[in-house]
Amino acid sequence: MSIARDKALLALRDHVLDDDIVVAVYQTNFDWLALNPRDLNYVAVGAMGQASSHGLGLALANPERRVFVFDGDGSLLMNLGTLVTIAGTKVTNLHHYVFSNHMYEVNGAQPLPGGGNVDFATLARAAGYPSSHRFDEFVTFSDALPQLMATQGPQFIELDIVPGAPYPRDYDYIHSAAARHRFEDALNRSR
Amino acid sequence: MVAGTQKTDYSAVPTPDGAAIIAELKRADIREIVAVPDIVTSDGLLWPVSRDPAFRLTRLCKEDEGVSICAAMSYNGTRAMLMMQQTGLMDSLNAIRAIGVDYQRPVVMLVGLLGKEPHLRPEHSGAYGVRIIQPVLEAMELSHSLIEEPGDEHHIAGAVDAAYAASRPHIFLVGRPPKAPSR
Repeated sequence: MSIARDKALLALRDHVLDDDIVVAVYQTNFDWLALNPRDLNYVAVGAMGQASSHGLGLALANPERRVFVFDGDGSLLMNLGTLVTIAGTKVTNLHHYVFSNHMYEVNGAQPLPGGGNVDFATLARAAGYPSSHRFDEFVTFSDALPQLMATQGPQFIELDIVPGAPYPRDYDYIHSAAARHRFEDALNRSR
Repeated sequence: MVAGTQKTDYSAVPTPDGAAIIAELKRADIREIVAVPDIVTSDGLLWPVSRDPAFRLTRLCKEDEGVSICAAMSYNGTRAMLMMQQTGLMDSLNAIRAIGVDYQRPVVMLVGLLGKEPHLRPEHSGAYGVRIIQPVLEAMELSHSLIEEPGDEHHIAGAVDAAYAASRPHIFLVGRPPKAPSR
């Protein structure tokens, strides 16, 4: 069983508050931007694998906000040490989701090394995350979301997903100065 | 008799002052230190910073994590210093290119030149990995400066201010182990 990515994102949308920061990558980012365009979507990740490190910097510098990272499994494989770094900081406002599709989807759907059989939730727990979960069934995930949202970070959730509806890949926007300024302005707006 | 075991004594070469560097970081409103250890700056900077309650130290597994962390912190004006040695700098060039240069973020780095002979300038070093650093930074159009001699510390706060004002990276290259502050 797997969860349709857009279905998972729509479920998350119901729980993400206006003041929360969301850092998403690649196709998950494009889907999220289409489903929930908002000022505090941080899209300037820049280099593959770096989403959770951006999320950590945002969480440390903005302790009053929740930070959600919607990572990819291929991306996380490029920066596995981040799990140890994040766990070491004990940031309570960082929620690290990994959308596992077992492939480099936007790079030709090539398979991940290791055949896509990595258990990231177990890796996160072994790295020191106090809370780590894995879901491959939508109803179970959806039912767990209120409790997940009420749990302090650093928290790790792996979702076994398949593509949902096709959403456009707007690379120009995610790399644009306008996107960065939009986020920066919203972050510094008086609350 | 074993040939090649005689080590050069560099103890007479004057070094920058760790306490002065730390004072400059504070003057520049830096309170976040993000670091992978480096032997050039370990005793004179990183250990003292780790004991100084004025700083929060985030220890990294890999240097490019720090490029992203410092860039992300900058969005609300939080100033940070990324510490590493030049091997980590070389390993992080794509992140610096994308996040620091293309995205115009003020990522400020303090980089120990591992393997540099203290009495030689970096461009004259016998170590290939040291000699190429400044040309690589220049090819990438990255602002950089040396902390080599006593007195070089005093430009740090101004260079940090300039990097944040222009929203661009700056790299301090530390060519001699700073003298550790007294405890």
